[in-house]
Amino acid sequence: MNTLRRMFSRDPRVYQIVTLAALLLYGMACLGFDITPLRAGLLLGTALATQLVFTRVVRLPAFDPLSPTISALSLCLLLRTNSPVIAAAAGFAAIASKFLLRWNGKHLFNPTNFGLVATMLATGAVWVSPGQWGNAAFLAFLFACAGGLVVRRAARSDVTFAFLAAYLFLVFARSIHLGEPLAIPIHRLESGALLLFAFFMISDPKTTPDSRAGRILFGLLVATGAAFVQFRLFRTNGPIWSLALFALLVPVIDLVLPGPRYAWNATRFLPKGDSHATLGNLAPDPPFRPSRARGPRVLRVLRGQGGHQAL
Amino acid sequence: MARADTKLYNRASQVVLVRDADRTVLTMSNDFQGDLKEFAVVVPVPTFLTREQIHVGEKKLIDHLDAYSSPRLVEYFDPDPCQKWEARDMAAPSSALKAAGNAVGRAQSLGVTVEARYTVGEYDVVILSAKQSTGLETWLTENRYRIPAGASSVLAAYIKQGMRFFVARVNLTEQAKLGFSYLRPIQVAYESPKFMLPIRLGMVNANGPQELFVYALTRQGRVETTNYRTVKLPSDMDVPLYVREEFAGFYRAMFSERVRQERMQTVFLEYAWDMNWCDPCAAAPLSREELRGLGVFWLEEGASASGAAPVFLTRLHLRYDKAHFPEDLVFQETADRTNFQARYVLRHAFEGDVSCSAGGEYRRSLMQRREQEAKNLVSLTGWRISEVRRKMGLADSSADGQRWYERLWNR
Repeated sequence: MNTLRRMFSRDPRVYQIVTLAALLLYGMACLGFDITPLRAGLLLGTALATQLVFTRVVRLPAFDPLSPTISALSLCLLLRTNSPVIAAAAGFAAIASKFLLRWNGKHLFNPTNFGLVATMLATGAVWVSPGQWGNAAFLAFLFACAGGLVVRRAARSDVTFAFLAAYLFLVFARSIHLGEPLAIPIHRLESGALLLFAFFMISDPKTTPDSRAGRILFGLLVATGAAFVQFRLFRTNGPIWSLALFALLVPVIDLVLPGPRYAWNATRFLPKGDSHATLGNLAPDPPFRPSRARGPRVLRVLRGQGGHQAL
Repeated sequence: MARADTKLYNRASQVVLVRDADRTVLTMSNDFQGDLKEFAVVVPVPTFLTREQIHVGEKKLIDHLDAYSSPRLVEYFDPDPCQKWEARDMAAPSSALKAAGNAVGRAQSLGVTVEARYTVGEYDVVILSAKQSTGLETWLTENRYRIPAGASSVLAAYIKQGMRFFVARVNLTEQAKLGFSYLRPIQVAYESPKFMLPIRLGMVNANGPQELFVYALTRQGRVETTNYRTVKLPSDMDVPLYVREEFAGFYRAMFSERVRQERMQTVFLEYAWDMNWCDPCAAAPLSREELRGLGVFWLEEGASASGAAPVFLTRLHLRYDKAHFPEDLVFQETADRTNFQARYVLRHAFEGDVSCSAGGEYRRSLMQRREQEAKNLVSLTGWRISEVRRKMGLADSSADGQRWYERLWNR
């Protein structure tokens, strides 16, 4: 366990990549996921290339492959489309959103979430299959996700727990109110899609509120929104839509409930435009190192906008 | 043309779901075989239904849809190995079903609002809303709708969601006047965001699993369940020639085997295709007229019959019981337009003179191919390899290095 922890604690995102890749291989091999190795390669390639381009354009100190790899793997697990062009566009949109849609030094959307929602809204040719996991492998799935908490000492798991607790409560409360047998809410909650969302998407420390109180509030809001979409609007993928909507509220939550900004690894030089992954060592940002002297005007503006954390 | 017995399944229902935006046309087909006085359907529906929203459809349209989308056999004829090629397609059978009707009962009312009564074709239809499930159960029982004991707990959840109940039974006088010897499918059209199929009521007193076929007709693409895994049936596998003679049995065995392997937790995709064509066709595509009859409301009336119909057909098949399918089916329409059909391939060997040098090679490859076909069939159906070999006329022993004890226990 300790060896494992040491291996992954350098950067919690390594564990995340391993888990997502394993889930993807399992899905492709055993569950017949509607994705080919070629498509997976396309998503990875686009995401990494986009990251590389933006790294150059905004002159980040180093190219970071981890974050776009996570986004691409998540898209492989979730995004379905007949069109390779749209798949590539989703990969691009996911990564580009980190650099372009920013507020107060943080990017607004979880990149995968943005890539999905943007292409679903813009094209109508994209879908997400929440039923693709089935219920058989639920326990294995749960262990894989929970493993992340152990490896990363559960620093920012509060948002995951708040979301899960609230969603669990809402689903059970609804079934009890309707007089449905408990097998129904249990079946609804035994969902790989829900776990993937709770442990790998909403928990993205870069796009959740800075303070613990803020994150718990955020988790509750997203759960409520997800249940609303699911049980009032009767649409699928409630959590994904809800997260995209409430992400817009994070700046307000941060204003009302401020807290220390998250950094992936406090010991590495930071300002990076990346995101993603859950939990990890909670550390305040390193001091901002301005580099206003370089780069074209637009970029100086962008950086300036970034406040104490540069792009 | 190999065509299977049309009565493949005894306890099965067929449902056609036509859906675009929030509009749904639901067609329910019954192969009820008992006393017609006993026949009744109780279906939770999301909205009130006026007389105009209810219609009696034609059974033959569903039969056509079934035949068009059934799993099929394709036959290829090997070319002369000493010459060049020629291929031919053939298509095959059709499943079909019987529906489990809900029951009938006795005499009067309680806390239940009869919102409307209609006579539509040979059916007497009542639209009910209720405050309490026990009241509803009592009403149904007293009105001689035989409702399964314990239904009230299931009814309760629908009542609390504000759903109405569509209740129909056969009006024997009307039926005698109309002169139909079978029950025609009932169709209802409504507008609701709920894209679902209530299956819980039918499981209350079911003894053993039930069989359901859902034909979804949509504008955009394939339909899948969002709360159960939807998986494709195995397709495109070479099987021994004798399967042609027992295709119905093959299909039944294969489906049961898949259900077993997936632990009865999944919905199976049997067909997904643009309605304008098929290749190979198990039956001709449905005409615009037929599609409209099934409820495809977005096809303009009287538009040129030759124009392409923007209709995508998804055929889903599931075997379900209460333990494995606790929830009603919830669907979504995806943007997936990938064509899929469950098809199985028969390859006929070349029968002429193969005395050229390539011919020897061909004969050896044939032997391997036969073995592979036997193995495919066993893995698809779970049948015994020895039985398969016997029917194929293959020597039962030696050839594949089976051990004596493997033969002993038949695997």
